[in-house]
Amino acid sequence: MTNQDVYTVQNLSVKYPRNNIFTNISFSVNKGDFLAIVGPNGSGKSTLVKSLLNLLPYTGNIFLFGTDIKTFSDWQRIGYMPQKFSYFNPLFPATVKEVVQLGISKNNNNPKDILIDKALRSIDIHSLKDKPIATLSGGQQQRVLIARALVNNPELLILDEPTVALDPDIRESFFQILLNMNRNEYKTIMLVTHDIGYVGKYATKLMYFDRNIIFYGTFKDFCESESMGDYFGYRTQHLICNMEHQHLQINNKERS
Amino acid sequence: MDFFELFKYQFIIRAIYTGIFVAGTCSLLGIFLVLRRLSLIGDGLAHITFGGVAIGILTKHEPFYIAMPISVLSSLGILKLSQKAKIYGDAAIGIVSAVGIAFGVIISNIAGGFNIDLFSYLFGNILAISKTDMYISLILSLIVCGIIIKNFDDFFSIAFDEELAQVTGINTKKLNYLLSILTAVTVVMSMRVVGIMLVSALLILPAASALQIFHSFKKVAFFSVFFSVLSVLTGILISLFFNLPSGATIVFVNFIIFLFCLFLKHLESARR
Repeated sequence: MTNQDVYTVQNLSVKYPRNNIFTNISFSVNKGDFLAIVGPNGSGKSTLVKSLLNLLPYTGNIFLFGTDIKTFSDWQRIGYMPQKFSYFNPLFPATVKEVVQLGISKNNNNPKDILIDKALRSIDIHSLKDKPIATLSGGQQQRVLIARALVNNPELLILDEPTVALDPDIRESFFQILLNMNRNEYKTIMLVTHDIGYVGKYATKLMYFDRNIIFYGTFKDFCESESMGDYFGYRTQHLICNMEHQHLQINNKERS
Repeated sequence: MDFFELFKYQFIIRAIYTGIFVAGTCSLLGIFLVLRRLSLIGDGLAHITFGGVAIGILTKHEPFYIAMPISVLSSLGILKLSQKAKIYGDAAIGIVSAVGIAFGVIISNIAGGFNIDLFSYLFGNILAISKTDMYISLILSLIVCGIIIKNFDDFFSIAFDEELAQVTGINTKKLNYLLSILTAVTVVMSMRVVGIMLVSALLILPAASALQIFHSFKKVAFFSVFFSVLSVLTGILISLFFNLPSGATIVFVNFIIFLFCLFLKHLESARR
């Protein structure tokens, strides 16, 4: 473990009563990484993330910023956004401001209003501040939850399928915000998605997870990996990597 | 009977004080129960309380003191049962509730059948509250409300999403136990007001009414308490003037407020 390690995971196993979700997984996430955790539906990605946050019983060792997750208390350093549609009660009686305020960590002593305003402005939804969350569209609700994850200005952002309900334009601008946070503010980002082609252009590291770590490295390594070619089939691998190139080309054209 | 003359009677003053405090406490707690879909826990614990009251009457002890620990232990049992045995929360409530009432029926049968004492607990009579009962209710209400207000943001956060609350550093496990204990205490405290059979109405209806028309958590909390206190005071007056059972009248007033809120919600949606 080095002081550059945000996460150090050793022999992590999670099992449900009749089912092993995954066993003996080890990896580390370094400061400044933009890690995309990708894999098919039901592959255990969200379970992995929840166990990393001590939200599920597990065996093995998880160190977050050098501290065992079981005794970790500095939650201000983490911003977490769970998979929206698995939990969100759209009729919950709260305004946007109240929902974002809920994300403020117990040990964050900064003025609440300033933190909330900053988080809302960062993803351009400040005008929705006093609106009841139940009256917003799915995409707007999703952005409120992203603001909630950002409200402590965390060093580590963990986002589980954050772009599911977003329009393509908003998704693109959201990724640009993440990119800026990662590249310029040096925040560590862990993003769960099943859209392997799309995240390739943003992530510095890619974990392909299917009840085990199938691949862990850069997207370039993924595209050049023979073992991944064998795993996915070369056509699929080519398609995934070309999708990334298509995105890059579009992006480059837009920039020029 | 002249309206102002009512306030000359000590039993009415006691009923009003107790009603305000108990109603306020129930409605404040009720918001979190309703939002966490634990509305029926009040009903379940009330049934357990029935068992405790029956034991008290059988052993000639004050039923309140027997019912309180039984209710608290049962609420913790429901929580454990749903966590450890991986049983759905409503099923756990159903199990404990059915066992509680079955136990109460057996005990009351041993005691020689249902008597007036037991009926007064089943259906409540706020107008018959003694000075001691009033003081106990006031003290317990202040304690329960104080704890809720102190942990208001944390309870709110857990009601929104328990996992998210945990990741902001909230000790959700401790607060879940606390909420269970507070609910048990509140149920036992309220049984004199509306009775064991109707106590869950005081927990559910004011919150359900406020949730129909308000979309901010603070407004829901404020109006839930307001509706609850209003229903208790109106219920007491109606029951006095028309010689109706106070507990049932309070519940009916609550229901009328709920219907009114539903109507307002309907108007609001029609306007959009």
